[in-house]
Amino acid sequence: MSDSKIIASEILPIQKIRADFPILSRKINGKTLIYFDNGATSQKPQVVIDAIDTYYKNQNANIHRGVHTLSQKITMAYENARTTIQKHLNAEHAHEIIFTKGTTDSINLVASSFGKKFISSGDEIIISAMEHHSNILPWQQLCEEKGAILKVVPINDEGELVMEEYKKLLNEKTRMVAITHISNVLGTINPVKEIIELAHAKNIPVLVDGAQAVPHTLANMQELDCDFYCFSAHKLFGPTGVGILYGKEKWLNAIPPYQVGGGTIKTVSFDKTEYADLPLKFEAGTPHIEGGIGLAAAINYVNEIGLDNIAAYEHELLAYATEALIKIEGLKIIGTAKNKASVISFIVEGLHPFDIGTILDQLGIAVRTGHHCTQPLMQCYNIQGTVRASFAFYNTKAEIDEFLKGLERAIKMLK
Amino acid sequence: MTIEETEQEITEEFELFDDWMGKYEHLIDMGKSLAMIDEKYKTDDKIIKGCQSRVWMHSEWKDGKIIYTADSDAIITKGMVALMIRVLSNHTPDEIINAKLEFVEKIGLTQHLSPTRSNGLVSMIKQMKLDALAYKVQS
Repeated sequence: MSDSKIIASEILPIQKIRADFPILSRKINGKTLIYFDNGATSQKPQVVIDAIDTYYKNQNANIHRGVHTLSQKITMAYENARTTIQKHLNAEHAHEIIFTKGTTDSINLVASSFGKKFISSGDEIIISAMEHHSNILPWQQLCEEKGAILKVVPINDEGELVMEEYKKLLNEKTRMVAITHISNVLGTINPVKEIIELAHAKNIPVLVDGAQAVPHTLANMQELDCDFYCFSAHKLFGPTGVGILYGKEKWLNAIPPYQVGGGTIKTVSFDKTEYADLPLKFEAGTPHIEGGIGLAAAINYVNEIGLDNIAAYEHELLAYATEALIKIEGLKIIGTAKNKASVISFIVEGLHPFDIGTILDQLGIAVRTGHHCTQPLMQCYNIQGTVRASFAFYNTKAEIDEFLKGLERAIKMLK
Repeated sequence: MTIEETEQEITEEFELFDDWMGKYEHLIDMGKSLAMIDEKYKTDDKIIKGCQSRVWMHSEWKDGKIIYTADSDAIITKGMVALMIRVLSNHTPDEIINAKLEFVEKIGLTQHLSPTRSNGLVSMIKQMKLDALAYKVQS
């Protein structure tokens, strides 16, 4: 690993990459933007912006319906985007890729449709202590509706799942395991393959929240053998408002439609409706066409750089920042898992994250502060919130140096 | 001093600083010097929830005027809270209800009043005015 780390910063043409992202050259409060809020959303390369621009200038028509040239061409482009995503995820079939509004929508879809068919009173659903609210609330609500029980895998002090406890929670009443691939707060990369294997040994399906994982790592559906995988385009350098639900064909066929309406049907009469085959069964209404096309452009862009290179480079940034941060007096990093993505959450003794974030913003440095939509996790650590810096492959060590200087300044001002 | 006069006074104070750092340092100092709310009022029903920083606020009726005390767990929010109390406290309900609070824009701290979820300040001003309205109806 150390070899690849050394190579990473040398082979990634960072300045060229940075030039691909127009927003990185803009000023904030008179300073050049340093964008360390990639965990919330990523910036967009010119190719993605161009794809959306071209769509509206030259390609706009509704898909799947028209016989006219524009409609046929854009239908092809949209379905090609689906295939690009299928190949990227190494899913077996393109119709296992469902376009949604985002990760939250994808999880809600599964909780609702899977829940209708397979969850009843007394059943158990397993999540973990480090889940985002979006992977808690849909299941919590389902449990309330059906009289099912939510079980939570605890974490250790480092912010890693306690796998022994997970194994104990799996039982004959468990109907679903819904777990995050990478924690948005702790950066922990969870052993999803092992989690899936253990669940499958008891015939329990697994949903993986991949929102934080897809910008940093290859998610290989057939290798992981997961049943559902969810992510948002906007965290993967693509547009907002569009996301993906991967579902195994057998599950997507087994569960009922989520939302119904135009596009989801074969035939409709007032007595009965016959629903369309996958994937259209789950895609009611006119979709976010340019979003799907923009996501495919983002995936092609990322693959040109290579996710392995990206992961190695980001690991280098993470190590560099971590080493410097732990030297700051009174600073504590929340989440010190051995296997970690480029996300650092921290608190500074006696200071409120909101104050630190406000001062950093004045210096043109964008970080996230607060509970990061993980209030139960904050309760585990008995804190109100953290400051979170999350890096993408367009960030640099020079930016980290500026961030450290800014942080020292903020601490001095606030103490 | 009228509400407008206090607003003018604060505006002039902040004009002394030509950079953001000075302004924020001044704000932080004001936060630090804010008279604490009585601990017995720092209860959940006195809390004004923002997404990030929390504000506790208490109002009292004294000789036809309203006295506010408050606290926040974030020092910059506390500084903004201190400004609001300096402007609105010890005035009649009508004066408080009609206050336009334009000084925030003049001193260049409008981002703290943007309708984001990040702090409880907008909700706090609303609560201050609601309290004033309640006292007005009672009196």
